[in-house]
Amino acid sequence: MRRFLQRRSTVAFLMCLPLILLIGGLVVYPALYAIYLAMLNKRMTQFVGLGNFEFLLRRATFHLVMFQSCLFAVTAVAAKALLGFLLAHLMHVIPGRHQRIWRGLLLIPWVVPLALSTLGWWWLFDPSYSAFNWLLAKLGAPTVPWLGATGWARFCMILVNTWYGTPFFMIMYLAALKSVPEQLFEAAAIDGAGAWGKLRFVTLPMMRNIISITVLFSLIVTFADFTIVRILTNGGPRDTTHIFATYAFQMGIQSGDIPLGAATSLFMLPILAVASFFILRGVSRRDREMAAA
Amino acid sequence: MSAAASAAGTAATRRRRVPSLARQRRWALWGAYSALGVFVFMFLVPPFYMLVTSLKTSAEISEQRTSPWLVAHPTLANYFDLISNDNFRSFFLNSAKVTICVVALSMVISVLAAFALARMRFFGSSVLATGVFLTYLIPDSLLFIPFFRIIGKLGLVNNAWAMVLIYPTLAVPFCTWIMIGYFASIPKELDEAALIDGAGWLQMLFRIFIPVAMPGIIAATIFAFTVSWGQFIYPLAYLYSSDQMVLTVGIISDLIRADVFQWGKIMAGSLMAAAPPVVIYAFLMDYYIAGLTAGATKG
Repeated sequence: MRRFLQRRSTVAFLMCLPLILLIGGLVVYPALYAIYLAMLNKRMTQFVGLGNFEFLLRRATFHLVMFQSCLFAVTAVAAKALLGFLLAHLMHVIPGRHQRIWRGLLLIPWVVPLALSTLGWWWLFDPSYSAFNWLLAKLGAPTVPWLGATGWARFCMILVNTWYGTPFFMIMYLAALKSVPEQLFEAAAIDGAGAWGKLRFVTLPMMRNIISITVLFSLIVTFADFTIVRILTNGGPRDTTHIFATYAFQMGIQSGDIPLGAATSLFMLPILAVASFFILRGVSRRDREMAAA
Repeated sequence: MSAAASAAGTAATRRRRVPSLARQRRWALWGAYSALGVFVFMFLVPPFYMLVTSLKTSAEISEQRTSPWLVAHPTLANYFDLISNDNFRSFFLNSAKVTICVVALSMVISVLAAFALARMRFFGSSVLATGVFLTYLIPDSLLFIPFFRIIGKLGLVNNAWAMVLIYPTLAVPFCTWIMIGYFASIPKELDEAALIDGAGWLQMLFRIFIPVAMPGIIAATIFAFTVSWGQFIYPLAYLYSSDQMVLTVGIISDLIRADVFQWGKIMAGSLMAAAPPVVIYAFLMDYYIAGLTAGATKG
């Protein structure tokens, strides 16, 4: 018994046991339980198979939820990736000792808890006291119903998400940019490459892996976002701006139809699975490259 | 760098007359500074406006003729009101209680597991490492409905301790992942030296790995702290009464009563609630960024 306890694999297993229990009991089990819950009727007395999924797919509101989730995630991630790329390049031009302060200031949106900074945005978009509208009125422009009209509400969500997530992209890209060897740029310059050529033939190929990992990761997080939509519009006006998470919350927690809520959130699963697969591939490919280097 | 730049410069001179290289680079630098300045200005508009609003009285906030971006009679009344408010104090204490427990729990779990996964190969260890990474990609908005039922069955509805049970699922996978990277970067010779000196596995972990990987541990701790301090969907779904709420949900529910929005207090409360992560960030920025980019640049 003593010998058994001192064996390397036993010690290792015991050290991993809390982690295994956590993942098994609080991630895998709830995930499977969600699938089970999604196949019950509203009062959770009867098994209805895929009935809830069918019901959701027939509802016009849910079509809007799917459309809105994809629109939100794709637009916001694209905006964050482009702005982050631009910012990382601007930052890379600045000499090292000044970078710290700029980086520090630009990361603030990412550091403030999202639930709290979104309250600030909500107040900026307030229908009667909007500070943006005050500026527009001063400039003589018509005021904007920021959260009152579907199109503007969608724009506001994407704006807040972009504001929050761009610093993350900037930091990731900056780290990747710094790891590109300077000699490559020199070689490209000798070969007569201009700024565009360097970007196209050196920077992008060298950063490709980080770019794809960051974009896919952000796609998951943005797609599964809850906080911004919940605080800004809570799905309004007239349920036109719900995304999966907020709709699931409204169905499952507020209306008390747990199976329908579970089914709603499970619709995220296919996209998450595909993105996770490619992230994992990118990460292991990079690990192999690092091992080979 | 300068060699590359001068090579590009001579190539360009052959084609047409260009201003001197130093001037060109100075322009690029000023361009970068001014563009970054514009971005910083835009990024800081919401926090600035929150600060301005928090310094106003309700009367000044509802005054429509003066500029909302300026404050005429700054007052700290909103802050003092909140500090002396029992509910707000209890939100703060609950947040602190939950966060401290979650950080301690998550770090113990992830350091132990990361050590075993980085150094002691055993049956299924690589599958487990991949599994940890995949768990990190499962979002909270997928799990909050089953947790609602599970918490109900455990009798922990409307109980802040339920958060201590759930939050580690958000922090542990990433913390384990970056700790595996840090531990794997420690040279194998150190273990061998320790083994020759007769150290056991636990001694090795506490005497060598934890001190050497301290930057990683700080980065992981900061991550666990920010995640549990700012978590929103779980407390919103499971906590109902003021004595159990944490800051992120307490501010909204307590300061908005029947369509009466106390905006000055909401902003003051948000800023005070945001202070702990921001202060930590201000002092430990390099560790914070190291944690953020751990997945990008190493292991």
